[in-house]
Amino acid sequence: MPVIEKTASPEAMLEKENLAYLGEADAKKESTFTPKIVAFCCNWCSYAGADLAGNNRADYPADIKIIRVPCSGRVNPLFIMRAFEKGADGVIICGCHPGDCHYTTGNYYTRRRMALLISMLDYLGVDKGRVRVEWVSASEGARFASIMNEFADTIKNLGRNVRLEDIRCRN
Amino acid sequence: MQRIGVFVCHCGTNIAATVDVSKVAEAAKHEPGVVYAVDYTYMCSENGQNLIAQAIKDYGLTAIVVCSCSPRMHEATFRAVAEKAGINPFMVEIANIREQCSWVHKDMEEGTPKAITLMKTAVAKVNLDSPLQEGESTVTKRALVIGGGIAGIQTALDIADAGYKVDIVEKLPSIGGRMSQLDKTFPTLDCSSCILTPRMTEVNQNPNIRIFTYSEVTDVSGFVGNFTVQITKHSRSVRAEDCTGCGICTSKCPSRKTPNEFNRGLDTRPAIYIPFAQAIPNVPVIDKEHCIHFKTGKCGICSKVCPSHAVDYELKDEIIEEKYGAIVVATGFDMIDLHKFGELGYGVSKDVVSSIELERLMNAAGPTSGHLERMSDHKQPKEMVFIQCVGSRCAPDDRRGKTYCSKICCMYTAKQAILIKDHYPDTNIHVFYIDVRTPGKNFDEFYRRAVEQYGVDYIKGNVGKVTPLPNGKLHVHGVDLLDQKDVEIDADMVVLAGAIEPNPDIRKLATMLTLSIDNNNFLNEAHAKLRPVEAATAGVFMSGVVQGPKDIPETVAQAGAAAIKVVGLLAKDKLKTNPCIAEPDELYCNGCSVCANVCPYGAITYVDKEIRDHGLRETRRIASVNSALCKGCGACSVACPSGAMNLKGFTNRQIMAEVDTVCQ
Repeated sequence: MPVIEKTASPEAMLEKENLAYLGEADAKKESTFTPKIVAFCCNWCSYAGADLAGNNRADYPADIKIIRVPCSGRVNPLFIMRAFEKGADGVIICGCHPGDCHYTTGNYYTRRRMALLISMLDYLGVDKGRVRVEWVSASEGARFASIMNEFADTIKNLGRNVRLEDIRCRN
Repeated sequence: MQRIGVFVCHCGTNIAATVDVSKVAEAAKHEPGVVYAVDYTYMCSENGQNLIAQAIKDYGLTAIVVCSCSPRMHEATFRAVAEKAGINPFMVEIANIREQCSWVHKDMEEGTPKAITLMKTAVAKVNLDSPLQEGESTVTKRALVIGGGIAGIQTALDIADAGYKVDIVEKLPSIGGRMSQLDKTFPTLDCSSCILTPRMTEVNQNPNIRIFTYSEVTDVSGFVGNFTVQITKHSRSVRAEDCTGCGICTSKCPSRKTPNEFNRGLDTRPAIYIPFAQAIPNVPVIDKEHCIHFKTGKCGICSKVCPSHAVDYELKDEIIEEKYGAIVVATGFDMIDLHKFGELGYGVSKDVVSSIELERLMNAAGPTSGHLERMSDHKQPKEMVFIQCVGSRCAPDDRRGKTYCSKICCMYTAKQAILIKDHYPDTNIHVFYIDVRTPGKNFDEFYRRAVEQYGVDYIKGNVGKVTPLPNGKLHVHGVDLLDQKDVEIDADMVVLAGAIEPNPDIRKLATMLTLSIDNNNFLNEAHAKLRPVEAATAGVFMSGVVQGPKDIPETVAQAGAAAIKVVGLLAKDKLKTNPCIAEPDELYCNGCSVCANVCPYGAITYVDKEIRDHGLRETRRIASVNSALCKGCGACSVACPSGAMNLKGFTNRQIMAEVDTVCQ
């Protein structure tokens, strides 16, 4: 165990602890860090928005993989915890704009659930920036791409998720 | 274990340029359950489809994954292929490697690994797919049209012509809508009522059409093909079946000071009234707020003078419930409240009027019998100023107005200017405009006629202030942007072309029908280009200005389009229902009611059911999902505290398997 400076925050202490645990090989990987990002997109707005980003050939990093769900309200916070456990570095949930939900109220549930989840992550000491909720309509292809670019940058800056990952799950 | 086939599409070079498709197919062969993988130029082509069907037969596939374009594009195509080849259409998953991979990534280095992950994700999901059966629901062969303006009238006529029953619900005492208030129509100068009234009579006489006026839709439940609608028929206090429409009651009514809504408050009407001469039905209605009998219990003159004893103060609101297969929303528009524009003198001077008030002033059946006169001193105006875009095309932060162009104002102003010049050639007309927009058949010619033939003075610029002067004139202070100078005109009358906005009732209605509306309260279409009259909610359609500003011919065309969509729906005997719906696990469910509380469709009820659980036999209260009502949003499956609720087609295990694969 390296000696930890007294001034370091508990967050930094834990990061260091984990990095030490991950070993040198992992530390090297950090330099060419490609994050794993899961994007849950609702079928009616955001998934269509993502398709529109494709139609407009709007680039965003390939680190982002989209999972299609009927409604953002289908996203169980446990799916997000599962993703982190399995080594995801960031999770973004995209739904219709409030008031525009295909199922009337689904995104309101998302908003509340994710607010709770994010405050819980905060309590656990995980950077809140790793989970994001965005509203993207079917006509906002450019916005979808810019959100994804920005989110990928955020995650790259935050680095690897070592706090929640169950390293026994790592291949 | 499934026997899975993976089919990777090149889409010409759309996918193949940035994804190494053969590598994707090769990688697929090592995935669990995959027994066959192949790539092909165009999977959606006939050859491609045959290739899939043949592979299903040759390799005894039980499920397939197609790596191609978005499922929004070809999911239905490949499901049909699977069904034809003998496997359940819901055993098909699409990996979207075009819109969400090849088109957004630069090169194969980036695209290929992602395409492989997407393929693996789809394989992981399809491994957990189970065959689903589409349900069937019946179709009630009757349509409801909400709104009795020209949009609603035309929609109802077209549906009735095809042989189906239609009901029109109109909030006001008569059908006719905004068009019945107009004087003439552009660019042909047809008399508006002369072309509308025959349509109104047609609707009234059509055996397939029922009209509920002075009525409102107060509740909607159900789904496409099977809506149950509650209609509240407000009491007219006059029995329509006895009334002959003689109008004696209206002429004898002593309470005559109520502003006349039909004439936009320019004159007054009695408390018992028929909105306008050609009203349908031609039955008076008592305005309870202003009726002396309802206010004091005295009077009762209308009841005494009625020769057919049709006036009945005791009549109550009636609530009826009716089933419909389809609903058309045609609630129309009104002009925004111009009192917000005090600097332009509206509400300050009687001689500043809105365009629709001017329509009434010019109409032979209007408050001045068609003589154009100032409301203050009843003199004919000699100097008139029209101000365009009052509340239209405002900056987004200007709360008083709307950001959009109201579309019809340029044309009706040209029309009003031409008509005034025709009747009173000595009138000087100035029009302040931002742009003159005249796209439409014979529209620009019409506008040019106003300028060239009639000499209407068009000034590009804004008006900053309209000040009433002691001599009764209105001092208009504007600016001419082309000549870069101030313009000051002492006008006799100022006309404001106010923005139009959807009927505010649409918000209530949109909630009832689960429709999506934009920031300006216009209804959103299911697809802005390809499904312009359908709402995202199946079985609900729209026609007229409720969808966006439009003129009469456009409204009529859209009404026809909505009608044909309704007829197409009503012509079906059975509808297929979405099989991806919620399903409770009876052994886990404890009947806590959390799922029913989050369900937006009221699809979850509770039943007492005998359950056998580990040798125990007991009766428990468990959730039960109505397959016809459930739309498959999955909100309940997340809310369920015991994990009993699941969503078919998007099960917890499936989504977790996808998450796992993405994170590998």
